[in-house]
Amino acid sequence: MFTKLKSLLNNNEVRAIVFQILAVVVIAYFAYQAFDNLMLNIEQRGIRSGFGFLNDEAGFAVNDNFFLDYSPASTNLQAFYVGIVNTLIVAITGIFFASVLGLIVGISRLSSNYLIRKIATVYIEIFRNIPILLQILFWYSIALSTFPSPKNSINFFDSIFLNSRGLYLPKPIMESGFFFVLASLVIGIVAYIFIKKRSNKKHDETGVVTNTTVYFLGLVLLLPSVVYFAFGVQLEYPMLKGFNFRGGVDLSIEFFSLAFALSIYTATYIAEAIRSGIESVDSGQKEAASAMGLTQTQSLRLVVLPQALRVAIPPIINQYLNLTKNSSLAAAVGYTELVTIFSGTVLNVVGQAIEIIILTMLVYLTISLVISLILNIFNKKMQIKGK
Amino acid sequence: MNQLLKLSAVSLITIGSFSVQAGIFHSDTLKDVQAKGSLTCGVSTGTPGFSSPDSSGHWSGIDVDVCRAVAAATLGDAMKVKFVPLTAKERFVALSSGEIDMLSRNTTWTHTRDTSLGLTFAGVNYYDGQGFMVKKALGVNSVKELDGASFCIQAGTTTELNLADYFRSNKMEFKAVTYDTSAQTKGGFEADRCDALTSDVSQLAGLRSTLKDPSSAVVLGDVISKEPLGPVVRKDDNTWLNIVRWSLNAMIEAEELGVTSATIDDASTSPGIQRLQGKSGKLNESLGLSKDWSRNIIAQVGNYGESFERNIGMSTPIQLPRGVNQLWLKGGILYAPAFR
Ligand SMILES: N[C@@H](CCC(=O)N[C@@H](CS)C(=O)NCC(=O)O)C(=O)O
Repeated sequence: MFTKLKSLLNNNEVRAIVFQILAVVVIAYFAYQAFDNLMLNIEQRGIRSGFGFLNDEAGFAVNDNFFLDYSPASTNLQAFYVGIVNTLIVAITGIFFASVLGLIVGISRLSSNYLIRKIATVYIEIFRNIPILLQILFWYSIALSTFPSPKNSINFFDSIFLNSRGLYLPKPIMESGFFFVLASLVIGIVAYIFIKKRSNKKHDETGVVTNTTVYFLGLVLLLPSVVYFAFGVQLEYPMLKGFNFRGGVDLSIEFFSLAFALSIYTATYIAEAIRSGIESVDSGQKEAASAMGLTQTQSLRLVVLPQALRVAIPPIINQYLNLTKNSSLAAAVGYTELVTIFSGTVLNVVGQAIEIIILTMLVYLTISLVISLILNIFNKKMQIKGK
Repeated sequence: MNQLLKLSAVSLITIGSFSVQAGIFHSDTLKDVQAKGSLTCGVSTGTPGFSSPDSSGHWSGIDVDVCRAVAAATLGDAMKVKFVPLTAKERFVALSSGEIDMLSRNTTWTHTRDTSLGLTFAGVNYYDGQGFMVKKALGVNSVKELDGASFCIQAGTTTELNLADYFRSNKMEFKAVTYDTSAQTKGGFEADRCDALTSDVSQLAGLRSTLKDPSSAVVLGDVISKEPLGPVVRKDDNTWLNIVRWSLNAMIEAEELGVTSATIDDASTSPGIQRLQGKSGKLNESLGLSKDWSRNIIAQVGNYGESFERNIGMSTPIQLPRGVNQLWLKGGILYAPAFR
């Protein structure tokens, strides 16, 4: 019996497993002890603990709220949700514009046109080397001082207004068929993608090119418009009443300044990633493309970029993550995202730093993991195609 | 195997010591302060008259004077204070984590803060209330006319909550633009991001005096809340709580007795004054301080009235009247428990 155990312990594989299990147990026990100790200390110091505070009334107002139901009478949990949504919205907006701008600037850096190339280089050098916090504050103060006061708002067709406090848009009223318009738009887009795919396939097989523009116009633009008029969707227009605009949707100037600064800053890194991606593509590929009669744009779009992105995507993933984390600098300009609302105001009202920081970290961790996951899937797809 | 044994032994010891630490937590802030030779005091990042640094880094204000009084009482030298500027959001964590020995930063005494943060308020050094500052050009005379307006406020303050309460109970709409520091809040107001700035009335006067054009703004007469401001300490050290509480009380008591920094060392036959001078009584013993603790406070910092007039009184740019912060004997509510 004992010798059997001994020989088992001498078996390398078994030993490795046993040690790993032991290590995990020790670490888990250690973490448990540390946490227990922490909670005990907190209790002894008379600090409230637990997650009960989430159901308490929040009691404060939030400036940016895109579509959730929130008022000072809502709970801290609802405030938490508003924070998450606001973080996501500014991150997604930033990622979108940073990608578009980064792609354009990255390609421009390798342009044969001297002026375009230089402008792209200067832009990257300037905005990459100034700390992001300063840029956020800079754009915020520019926005505050350039846009007019609410009374002198820039007016687009009496339905959209822009002033130094934000952008005010008409708000569709949900009940009155808005859903159907949205649904028809989605159906239109899906149908168009399907048709486009079929035409691509036909092109691959027979070389016949079909023009799909008509389908695009019909499905993506015409169909929802018809539904829109059929249902007579109601819009709530923003109106200047007293000090500010009321009604409609408003996007605060803080949101714009933050999203703008994040896009401008992150685009420089994305541009550099794109550039190095393009440079990594063997010049023979471009030569072959032009020998086959592809135009410059075609060669870029069909030959160079797909291969360049393969190299560029991993660093771009990092930039997306950085942008999301940088969005927590919002507190400086008062955009109400997760950190401002939750680890700022709620933490100060209820004072439970540990619980609140843990929840905040979990949200960022989840967002980061999801972004990595999506882009890794995309990355894998690109890799196989290239080989 | 040997290594594994070592590893387990090390981790067991670590865990053991960890668990021991969980025993009764007892801190001795007085001893720490005296060992360091200086008091670390949390103040604001700059609130004129309460706590603000001048161009050479010298701090002054009535909140600063409370820190100085505690330093005088515990170290015999009012100048031995290290000031840590804190935003509203940072202050409580800084105190409970032990980064500062006490907090004296226009902090409102509320039920939640006193009972669930592991902190205790040591008294009130200024009775305040929340007020509003608006652009003169708006032609507004009362808060009631501010329906639908935007307000610049600071995160982590009672201001955020009072504002929401007030507009809710009056069924009015409002927008809040929330910044981190008072400089940013003021910046938002100056750049016309908001129609009004709301904060404790005492701070509005100070903020207004630092605007680029002070005459462009007016402070409304309305006061929508009560904000008793005072020093805060950690809950786990009762002696330290008493030291801070009675340092402030000594300043109030001295004013009541008519003793100032100029007259504290004058011979007196009054038993009250003699106790303050440390010539009789044993008020120092239970605090663990030397006999001249309260004498040092008055000699080096002055009594409450002197501190008030020097920092926020009518002869300063802040120009606050004594109002309710007058002694109870003179119609105010300032009152130190019996000094015996
Ligand atoms: N008394 C209130 C408000 C205190 C407060 O932080 N007021 C702001 C007024 S704008 C301030 O003094 N800020 C100075 C700073 O952030 O350093 C509280 O305790 O919550």
